[in-house]
Amino acid sequence: MINLPDNVETTMDLLSKGNYISDRSLGTAVHLALQLKRPLFLEGEAGVGKTEIAKVLAHTLGRKLVRLQCYEGLDVASAVYEWNYTSQMIEIRMAEAQGIENRDQLGKDIFSDRFLVKRPLLQALEQSENGSPVLLIDELDRTDEPFEAYLLEVLSDFQITVPEIGTIAAQDPPIVVITSNRTREIHDALKRRCFYYWVDYPNAAREMEILKLKAPQVEVRLSKQVVAFVQKLREMDLFKLPGIAETIDWASALNQLDVIELTPEAIDDTLGVLLKYQDDIVQIRGSEAALILDQIKNEVAARQLTTN
Amino acid sequence: MSKKSMPEGSPQVIAAKKTLESIDNNTDASGKIAANIMHFARVLRAAGLPVGPGKVLDGFKAVEAIGLGNREDFYWSLHAVFVNRRDQRQVFDQAFHIFWRNPKILERMNALILPSFVDNEQQNDTEEINRRLAEALKKDKQDPSQDSPQDESEPDLTIDAVMTWSARELLQEMDFEKMSSEELSLAKRAIKKFKLPIMEVPTRRFKRDSTGNRIDMRATLRSSLRSGGSTISLNYRKRLRRHPPLVVLCDISGSMSRYSRMILHFMHAITNDRDRVHTFLFGTRLTNVTRYLRYKDVDDALDRVTDAVDDWSGGTRIGNSLREFNIKWSRRSLSQGAVVLLITDGLDRDAAEGLEDEVIRLHKSCRRLIWLNPLLRYDRYEPKSLGARALLPNVDDFRSVHNLESLDQLTEALRYESVDNSNIRRLLEATE
Repeated sequence: MINLPDNVETTMDLLSKGNYISDRSLGTAVHLALQLKRPLFLEGEAGVGKTEIAKVLAHTLGRKLVRLQCYEGLDVASAVYEWNYTSQMIEIRMAEAQGIENRDQLGKDIFSDRFLVKRPLLQALEQSENGSPVLLIDELDRTDEPFEAYLLEVLSDFQITVPEIGTIAAQDPPIVVITSNRTREIHDALKRRCFYYWVDYPNAAREMEILKLKAPQVEVRLSKQVVAFVQKLREMDLFKLPGIAETIDWASALNQLDVIELTPEAIDDTLGVLLKYQDDIVQIRGSEAALILDQIKNEVAARQLTTN
Repeated sequence: MSKKSMPEGSPQVIAAKKTLESIDNNTDASGKIAANIMHFARVLRAAGLPVGPGKVLDGFKAVEAIGLGNREDFYWSLHAVFVNRRDQRQVFDQAFHIFWRNPKILERMNALILPSFVDNEQQNDTEEINRRLAEALKKDKQDPSQDSPQDESEPDLTIDAVMTWSARELLQEMDFEKMSSEELSLAKRAIKKFKLPIMEVPTRRFKRDSTGNRIDMRATLRSSLRSGGSTISLNYRKRLRRHPPLVVLCDISGSMSRYSRMILHFMHAITNDRDRVHTFLFGTRLTNVTRYLRYKDVDDALDRVTDAVDDWSGGTRIGNSLREFNIKWSRRSLSQGAVVLLITDGLDRDAAEGLEDEVIRLHKSCRRLIWLNPLLRYDRYEPKSLGARALLPNVDDFRSVHNLESLDQLTEALRYESVDNSNIRRLLEATE
């Protein structure tokens, strides 16, 4: 069992061991969540690496990752537990065939662990030899308020009540990571129980580091141009700004097409990897893209002049 | 005010009378304080607080117990009796300070003289005080003959009695713009009762229902065990239905000013009626006022809205405001298939620049986009302004909001899933 990091530096080391480059502020939030055993609530635009944090934590700490993908109408049957009805029916038939002796006993047998289908939240309360699992509750904003209210009990006491069996509590609370894209506001009651962190777009240097790690096959020269271009795009008035995931995809796509250096044509051909709204693509494609490219090249040239 | 719900001989009334008499008999002075508390209670009741005769009695007792030593004790003892919700505190506070204006009376035990609760000085202040309270005070002054404290046990009925049906009927047809202030206040009360029955849409959740069309396995298994498992009777479940979220975008520019005030009352009523309502105001820029409108007291809420918005009655930049909404708020508030009410006259200062694109995007991202336009009240309205021409082809429904009846029709239209866009087609044909 790998021990939890005991200060912010080691937490950041842990994350970077899993190829996740983090800010110190994020490192602090993660450290607090791990040490004080409270859920970590990550909010941010799509594609800034929220989900990745949970995966990296599970990987580097050697814990099991239990993932609960949220959607509208998510209910107890698919999030917490369900009874295996077919097996239960067969069991009843068998009991009948043998002649039922004890009705109470049958009831107990039918609603026992054997017939319980465990869904992510219940799985997350189980201990394994490597310690408690990492529970990732992904895109919580997609579910509705009633489910959020249900989570309150689970997240504050780390226990779940199954009426037929009783209360199941975790020996050691799982490491909980909740993510939200903010398509609606999550209630304060839930946020109050968590450490909150807003995951922002990284700056150029950090994005460069990330790209080096995630797409090592891409030439440094191209990577630099890609990062500079994306950073410029993020300053613009677009409906959906490209995230880090898009940067990585774009760099890999350009590499795949054997592009060595950004050209207006190459950008136009691959813009769909970077921007996902038609209006944004129309706005950038062509002259605007060429303009940004010129700016980048001029800046690079100017920097070279000053360093020489 | 009528004596409707409380028979003369009910135990509460008798008790009230007894207490009054006993206080009256004690001294002249205490009689006056008792009468004053009673009058004060009547003012509170008229201002909308649920103060029945039982409360008045409690008030007497509380003051008796606490004594009239200082003003603050007096305030909090009455507060403890008459206020039972957080949002009532403000009304109480203002009422108290106006009613018990003369502090000398309360400071000195001997001077239990009737503080005249309506004086000239106070009428100068009416702008500052809560409007409902002002009305409540005025009403008492005009009608001093009604003086029994046991008028009604149900305070809410007071409003109903004032708002008779015929008055409402008359108001229905009247244009907000042409109403006198008194008529406006009556209309506001009518609006306060509006419910907006948006059609319900199926969710992905289920509930137990014997008429449902899906088998509830869990309930079935449990109930079969009850009978020993020999027979299995099926239990059913049904899809839950729920209102989609509602987003209101309201124009508060100069040309809309008279309407937007009424519409704010309307917005306040629907914001407090249900969950998942988001309200925005725009003139030259967009302001989210959902939080302010959640305050239960309408005057309090509107005061806060007024403080938060700084482009009242100015120009309109519809395109710009919608763009701000699309970028900043649409993903957060339109995510679960929202119905959008866009309230504007379509007169745009920017000559509808960029409006069409933004309205197309807004239309694409919501379940239904309804444009409410007060100008539609004119029979021969034609969407000639550039703004109106950009908006009209891109909305699902186009309605008027100039009087109470049109608001009624709106609630009717929202009830159904299908859309009646004959209005839009007619106007589009007319302009072509």
